[in-house]
Amino acid sequence: MAVQYAGLTSVNGPLVCLEGVNGVGYEETATITLDDGTQRMGRVVQMEGDKVILQVFEGTNGLSLKNTKTVFGGRPLEIPLATEMLGRVFNGVGKPIDGLGPVFPEKYADINGRALNPVARSYPRNYIHTGISSIDCLMTLIRGQKLPIFSGSGLSHNKLAVQIVRQAKIADSRGKDFAVVFAAMGVQNDVADYFRRSFEESGAIGRVAMFLNMSNDPIIERTLTPRCALTLAEYLAFEKNMHILVIMTDITSYAEALREFSSSKGEIPGRKGYPGYLYSDLASLYERAGVIEGSSGSVTQIPILTMPNDDITHPIPDLTAYITEGQIVFDRNLDQTGVYPGLSVLLSLSRLMKDGIGEGYTRPDHPDVSNQLFSAYAKVQDARSLASVIGEDELSATDKCYMKFGNAFEQNFLNQGFEENRSIDETLNLAWDLLCMLPASELDRMSEQLIKDNYDPKRAEKFQ
Amino acid sequence: MNTIYAINGPVIKVRDTKDFSMREMVYVGEKKLIGEVIGVNDLFTIIQVYENTDGLKVGESVYTTGSPMCATLGPGIISNIYDGIERPLGDMKSISGAFVSEGSAIPSLNGEKKFDVTVAVKVGDTVTAGQIYAVCPETPLIVHKCMIPPSVKKATVAYAAPNGQYTVNDTVLRLSVEGEDAELPLTLCQKWPIRDPRPAKQRMPVTKPLITGQRIIDTVLPIGKGGTAAIPGGFGTGKTMTQHQLAKWCDADIIVYIGCGERGNEMTQVLEEFGELIDPKSGRPLTDRTVLIANTSNMPVAAREASIYTGITLAEYYRDMGYHIAIMADSTSRWAEALREISGRLEEMPAEEGFPAYLPSRLSEFYERAGYVKTLNDSEGSVTIIGAVSPQGSDFSEPVTQNTKRFVRCFWALDKSLAYARHYPAINWMTSYSEYAEDLESYYSENVSPEYMPLRQEISTLLVEENNLMEIVKLIGADVLPDDQKLIIEIARVIRVGFLQQNAFHKDDTFVPLNKQLLMMKVIIKLYHEAGDAIKKGVLFSDIVKTGIFDKLIKIKYDIPNDKTEMFDDYEKEIDDIIGKLGRI
Repeated sequence: MAVQYAGLTSVNGPLVCLEGVNGVGYEETATITLDDGTQRMGRVVQMEGDKVILQVFEGTNGLSLKNTKTVFGGRPLEIPLATEMLGRVFNGVGKPIDGLGPVFPEKYADINGRALNPVARSYPRNYIHTGISSIDCLMTLIRGQKLPIFSGSGLSHNKLAVQIVRQAKIADSRGKDFAVVFAAMGVQNDVADYFRRSFEESGAIGRVAMFLNMSNDPIIERTLTPRCALTLAEYLAFEKNMHILVIMTDITSYAEALREFSSSKGEIPGRKGYPGYLYSDLASLYERAGVIEGSSGSVTQIPILTMPNDDITHPIPDLTAYITEGQIVFDRNLDQTGVYPGLSVLLSLSRLMKDGIGEGYTRPDHPDVSNQLFSAYAKVQDARSLASVIGEDELSATDKCYMKFGNAFEQNFLNQGFEENRSIDETLNLAWDLLCMLPASELDRMSEQLIKDNYDPKRAEKFQ
Repeated sequence: MNTIYAINGPVIKVRDTKDFSMREMVYVGEKKLIGEVIGVNDLFTIIQVYENTDGLKVGESVYTTGSPMCATLGPGIISNIYDGIERPLGDMKSISGAFVSEGSAIPSLNGEKKFDVTVAVKVGDTVTAGQIYAVCPETPLIVHKCMIPPSVKKATVAYAAPNGQYTVNDTVLRLSVEGEDAELPLTLCQKWPIRDPRPAKQRMPVTKPLITGQRIIDTVLPIGKGGTAAIPGGFGTGKTMTQHQLAKWCDADIIVYIGCGERGNEMTQVLEEFGELIDPKSGRPLTDRTVLIANTSNMPVAAREASIYTGITLAEYYRDMGYHIAIMADSTSRWAEALREISGRLEEMPAEEGFPAYLPSRLSEFYERAGYVKTLNDSEGSVTIIGAVSPQGSDFSEPVTQNTKRFVRCFWALDKSLAYARHYPAINWMTSYSEYAEDLESYYSENVSPEYMPLRQEISTLLVEENNLMEIVKLIGADVLPDDQKLIIEIARVIRVGFLQQNAFHKDDTFVPLNKQLLMMKVIIKLYHEAGDAIKKGVLFSDIVKTGIFDKLIKIKYDIPNDKTEMFDDYEKEIDDIIGKLGRI
């Protein structure tokens, strides 16, 4: 029988303090039993002499200084892992909540995981076809990449994530090795429901493990949810050789939970009150994506975050983008003009695409086409800002050309249906059709040969 | 016995002890985690632990070592990949698998590998600090020179091993030092505390450029060997890409690449790419001249703080042998954040944005370790530091960027709007500067051409003029400008797209020798002058544009291979023809 510690010394927000404790390890778990028999889970976050500070996952409501008995578990927080967890629903700390009983574990693992040795990684090179033109052509998703979606409240980021899951051939019968791990952190019940329904409709639900922490669930649980999800993802990818897509929504809620927890610990805040270690903490999540040598599996992450006030320089999107390999950014203006997915092409980027596209991967002309589109679309912005000053009529002929190109590009290339799944050939041919709206001399990122082979103003006629 | 009293993340405290000294290396707990003393007072000794502290218990022992955090220096460093405290990640992988584990006491240098050693001194010789006593080939490119440690001022050789095969731990030399009874054995390796700069005889002025093959750097914003540069830029502006390009192509002998709190995949990319890429000068893979220090963002934060010092200590060691070293530190902001995190755990009074008040002094200590020196053995070596800075919110007024700016002499500011237009390298020529241009002027004049610097000035002036004209163009459009100003805008476009923009993925354009850079400038400026003269004589600007000569110059970087510079004559002739023809009509 392990030692029971009766009572607490103090309670402060989600933290409780105990004195007279011996032989407890840092980050060890504890079970707090209340007088009425209900149990809560906690974790050691600080130790000084015989004083231990615990964070309580379920919150501290109802705890008093004398109505508790605490038992330490002797090990860090571990969750049971099994392949059969696919198709199940768990709460934020990995307890089943779908009424199907406990998981029969194949092993237990520490949810904090360990840092991947850079030597053991393989550089990700296989591209994931999403069927969405803007992503496939301009910000290609690579297996093993972490590519976040930066969005704002009210934009269609959830819809886009669902479309990616569906079209990335996860529901495919051949996709036996594919699975999705979904972590919801502080999202509304409606959003979690939307994802569940969409997974069901696409037939993918049997290959999805869901970890749900709703917006009214305790914040400490929220800081553990992505770690539980990623621990399962790593297990399935690196020990069971599966390709795992991890969707985490909403990172903003996660970071806010972290801030709340940090301030109740009395830590010195960094920018906007977020703890100074926000970067390291986010990195400990995002860096768990990748491909390793000696395993054919992969962990690909699509974290979703809503930028507070649509501000991309806010610490959460800012630090995220410094860690992740690019970003997919939503544009509210485009979204409001009915373009779906309304992505801001110039702000979006995929850092890994340069090595995963082109000859042998997609199509030889892909790198040049995407460079040219980026550069042309940047000129569209220049032309538009000039037009807003001097009026469209006064623009030079080339600038007018760019104005037309910009509109056609947004309406035909960016814009596509929720059910529309474009092949990479369709996407690149469409890109060429659009580029043919411009004079050949403007295609400065292309070699003469490519222009000769593909350039034909007639291709652009359908956009006139 | 000293035991742990308190644990808070990577910071632990030991109570009531006088056994520890500042900056001493210690072992913490039963797993013998590596730590360093960062504070000593009457109540507590404060230790930062370089590894994950999960599972550590109050009451576990803390062991003193009596020496500060040291780097092991000897043959076998080059081509290796280390974590922030010089543990070889390759060996760690074979011991603990794909994930990094704690307490793995792995020697920094392979103790089994034998090197082909030539001993350079004989019994009875008097040796002094820094003198080379043995040499061995370390990689096909680098000859390793073992030097008498700087602490030995003067000694006599009592024993010298014969030439032959030795491991790093074999004794090859014994010295009798004046005033000491015991002989001092020397192996192929030695230790040096990472936070102390290694001594050199004399600092020398920076007069030679670090040639990078990147036009905007070599020509517009040059850096000297032994200089310091910062590359600040928001996410996605190409900091890492620029550093990779420099690491691949710059003419340093050795590259120390410090991945400090950055992405794991990027380090993997460096590992894979540098193994495949062949250095054109030597015909050997780039890994033969590269050391990697990888402390990715999810590895322990205290080791991230140490990684910068480990990297520069390795660089200084090779500098002392007479090599030219370039350090790529990606990113110094993550290092500053590690300082902030540790400082926060110590509950120190924060200065700006939570960063500790000693941030500027730490930054200056780091950058001041760069320099071109005469070493203790009278050879010349240099350490060039190129540090990436990741400003929060792409705001250059934040503390790390601002303080870095005070200690570096090259500032290559990366620009978001250039990056969005996929203009790479996205170094903004208006906000960046280099203080080395003057110092290097005589090198360029003597070794490349006396025209180089005047042409460079002309290019810069045209870019400034274009910038001023663009203000007007933004308001009223380009059509209303007079022809000579239209020419400036057009020629500046040629400079921007044809010269400053450089394609890292193109076989010729990825590295451009100084000579071709000169000829490119020359032909662009020639067109500017001749077209300008023609316009004065009444030739219409639009007629010159119609000939397509501007677009032709833009494509020079692709159309003229680096080794066929004689093709420039054809272009010059074509300009003469075109302008001459227009002038006649």
